Amino acid sequence: MQTNQLLLIFCGALLLLGLLAFFAGRSKATRIRSAGTAMYAQPDQYAWFTVLSTAGPAVLVSALGAFVLLLMGAKIPTLYLLAASLVMAAIGLMVSLNQVKPDFHARQAMELVIRMILASAALISIFTTFGILFSIISEALRFFQMHSFWEFITGTTWSPGASFLASAGRGDGSGAEFGSVPLFAGTFMITAIAMLVAVPVGLLSAIYMSEYAPSQVRTIAKPVLEVLAGIPTVVYGFFAAITVAPIIVTLAGFLGLDASYNNALAPGIVMGIMIIPFISSLSDDVINSVPDTMRQGSLALGMTKGETIRDVVVPAALPGIISATLLGVSRAMGETMIVVMAAGMRPNLTANPLEDMTTVTVRIVAALTGDQEFESAETLSAFALGLMLFIVTLVLNLVSVLMIRRFREKYRVNNL
Amino acid sequence: MSNTFDDISQQLKRRHRKSTRLKWITMGSLGLAGLFLVLFFADMLNKGLPAFQQAYIQVEINYNEEAETDGRQAFEEEFLPVISRTVVRTIPLELRNNPDMVGASTNEWVLVDSEVDQYLKGNRSSLDPEQEAAIDALVESGKVEMRFNTTFFTNGDSKIAEYAGILSAVVGTVMTMIVTLAISFPIGVMTAVYLEEFAPDNRFTQIIEININNLAAIPSILFGLLGLAIFINFFGVPRSSPIAGGMTLALMTLPVIIISTRAALRSVPESIRHAGFGVGCSRWQVVRDHVLPLAMPGIMTGSIIGLAQAMGETAPLIIVGMVAFIPDASVSFTDAATVMPAQIFTWSGEPEQAFVEKTAGGILVLLAILISLNASAVVLRKKFERRW
Repeated sequence: MQTNQLLLIFCGALLLLGLLAFFAGRSKATRIRSAGTAMYAQPDQYAWFTVLSTAGPAVLVSALGAFVLLLMGAKIPTLYLLAASLVMAAIGLMVSLNQVKPDFHARQAMELVIRMILASAALISIFTTFGILFSIISEALRFFQMHSFWEFITGTTWSPGASFLASAGRGDGSGAEFGSVPLFAGTFMITAIAMLVAVPVGLLSAIYMSEYAPSQVRTIAKPVLEVLAGIPTVVYGFFAAITVAPIIVTLAGFLGLDASYNNALAPGIVMGIMIIPFISSLSDDVINSVPDTMRQGSLALGMTKGETIRDVVVPAALPGIISATLLGVSRAMGETMIVVMAAGMRPNLTANPLEDMTTVTVRIVAALTGDQEFESAETLSAFALGLMLFIVTLVLNLVSVLMIRRFREKYRVNNL
Repeated sequence: MSNTFDDISQQLKRRHRKSTRLKWITMGSLGLAGLFLVLFFADMLNKGLPAFQQAYIQVEINYNEEAETDGRQAFEEEFLPVISRTVVRTIPLELRNNPDMVGASTNEWVLVDSEVDQYLKGNRSSLDPEQEAAIDALVESGKVEMRFNTTFFTNGDSKIAEYAGILSAVVGTVMTMIVTLAISFPIGVMTAVYLEEFAPDNRFTQIIEININNLAAIPSILFGLLGLAIFINFFGVPRSSPIAGGMTLALMTLPVIIISTRAALRSVPESIRHAGFGVGCSRWQVVRDHVLPLAMPGIMTGSIIGLAQAMGETAPLIIVGMVAFIPDASVSFTDAATVMPAQIFTWSGEPEQAFVEKTAGGILVLLAILISLNASAVVLRKKFERRW
C-alpha cells in the first residue's frame, strides 16, 4: 500500500478514536454528575482530557518512530509504526476513560499538557539555532579536513580552481587554494562604504525626527523611512547593478579614473541606503529615551539647542547609537543579494573601491549554485565561510545587545 | 573678564548660527533619505512600466499543408522577422491538434519579436536601419500596435523575452508562503504565548529569549545553509520545491512573529487576566478566551509584516535551489518551483535588453504586492488598535 494512503487511513482512524474518546468521556462524566456526585471539572473538560490522552501518545509515538526512521536509518515498516501508534491511542483512551472520576482534576491535567505543548513549540527556536550551528559546523569540519584551517584564515589567494576534479576522481585538487582574506577584505570594504552612507544619514535623520521635527513630519517620515527597509534586497541589487554602477563608472570617467562595472562602491552605497532605516529607527528610540531632565538642565545653563544635542543628548545616547551601528554592520556583512548582483566574482585584495571585489556571501552563493558534487572542497568551503560569517555576526549582535542593556540600566528605560 | 557685552552677543550670535546649522543639516539628511526613495521609485517606474506594454502585429495566418511541418509557411515572408518566434513555432502543433483547420486562414493580432518591441519603445536594439524603416512603415499603416501586455501575467518563464511572464513565479510564491505561514504562525504564536503567559522566569526562559533575539539578527543566507544541509540533504525534502523553501523561510519568519505576538500580548492589560482568574478561570482559559482574542489584531499585523519580509527574501531560496527555470506553473508542494524575487534574479542575469525591462516589470509587481500587504497591516492596526 502507498505511504500516502496509509497516512490517510491512520489520520482517519485517529480522528475516529478521538471522537469516540470525546463522547465516551463526556457521557461518563455526565452520568456521574447526574447521579449527584460533585466533580472537580466540567464534563467537557473530562472529554477534552480523554481526547488529549488518546491522540497525544499516538502522535508522539509516530513522530518518534519517523524521527528514528530518518535519523538512524532503522528499517521500521510504516505500517507497523502506524499500527503501534493506533494501539497506543487505544491504550490512552482506555486509561483516560478510567481516570474520569469525581476526584480527578481534569482541568489541571489538561493545563499541564497544554503548557508542555507550548513549551515544546518554544524549543523549536532553540532547535533552529542548533540546526544552523550543527549543519554549518559539521560540513565546515569536513572542509577543514581537506584544507588547513590556518591556510583558510590567513591565505591571500582564493582559487577553488580544479577542486571539483579531485572529487570526480581526476587530479588531486592540489591546485586549489582557499585563503579567505581577500573575501573578507571585500566584505569589510563594502560594509565600510555602506556604513559611511548609513550612519551619518541615519543618525542625523534620527536627531532631526526626535529633536526638531513637528509631530506631523514625524508621523509621515517614520513610515516613509520604513519603506526603505521593506524593499526586497534583490530589488536593491538590480538598482545597484543597472542604475548606480553605470553612474559611478561615468562619474569616475569624468574624474579621469578607471572604474569597473562591478565596482565595490555601487553595492556599498545601495546597501547603505538599505541600512539607513535600521540606524535611524533604533537611534530615534534611544534619543527619545534620553531623559528630558538632561536637556532641560543643559538649556537652563544657557547652552543652545545645538550644543545641547551635540554635547549632552548624543553622548548620553551613544551606547544605543553604537549598538544600532553594530547591528547595521552585522546586517551589511550578511547581506547577499545586493553583492551577488552588483559586486564582482573575482577575489581581489585591493583598497580601491572602484575595482571589482567579491565578498564572503557572493562566494557562498557561487559555491552552492554551481553544478558540483556536494562533497567537493569548493561546495564545502561555503559552509566554512558560513561558519566565519556566523561567528562574526553573532559577536556583533551580542556586543550590541550588551551595549543597549548598559544604556537601559543607566537611564532606567524599559521600552528598549 | 575683558569680554564686553558686544563680544558676548557676537559670540552668542555665532553659537545660535551653529545651532541653526545643525538643524538644517539634520533636516537635509532626512531629506536625502527621502530623495533616495524618490529616485529609486522613479528609476524603477521608468524602467518597469514599459514591460506592461507589448507590441502586437496584425497578420494573415494561412493554415496550409506546409505549415504542418514548418510554421513559417503560414505567414507572409516580409512579416517573419517581426513576428515572435514562439508564435511561428506553435503553428504546426496547433494544426496537428485541429486537423480540420488546414486550408483555413485567419486575421489575428500576434506577439511581436522582442527586438522589434524594444525598438518601438525607443530602446537599444539589434535592428539595422533597413529593418527599422520597414517597421516604421508597418506602424504607419496601423498593422503594428502597442497594447497592454497580458502575456506577462499569463505565462511562466521563457527564454524568449516577449513570451516570458511572471505567472509561475506568482504561483510558486503563493505555494511557498502557504507552507511558511502554516508552519511559522502556529509555532510562533504558541512560543509567544508560552513566553508571555506561562513561562517561569528562569534560566531556560532567558536562554530562549536571547536565542530568539539572536535568530532575528542572523544573516538570511545562513538559514539557506540550514535548509540545504538539514531539510534537503538530511531529511530528503525535494530540492527546489515550495516545501523546502517554505520551511526554510518559516524558520526565518518565526522570530518576527514571536516578537510581534509578544508585544501584542503584553499590550493586553493585566486587569483582564485578573478578572478572569477572579471568576475562577484557569490560565489557559484566560489566554484562550480573553487574552488571545484581544491580542489578535496585533498578532495578525505582525504576521503580515513577517510574511511580506519572507516574500521578498531571495538568498536562502537560491541556496535551496528555488531559482529553477519554470515555464509552466504547477500547483504542487513538491515539484520544482520558483518565487518572484528568484524570478527577478534570474531575469536580471539575462543579457538581452528586453529582459532588463522584464526584470523591472517583475520588481514593480513584487513591490505592489508588498506595499499593499504592508498597507493592509497598517490599516488593520489602525482599525483595531485599542487604547486601554
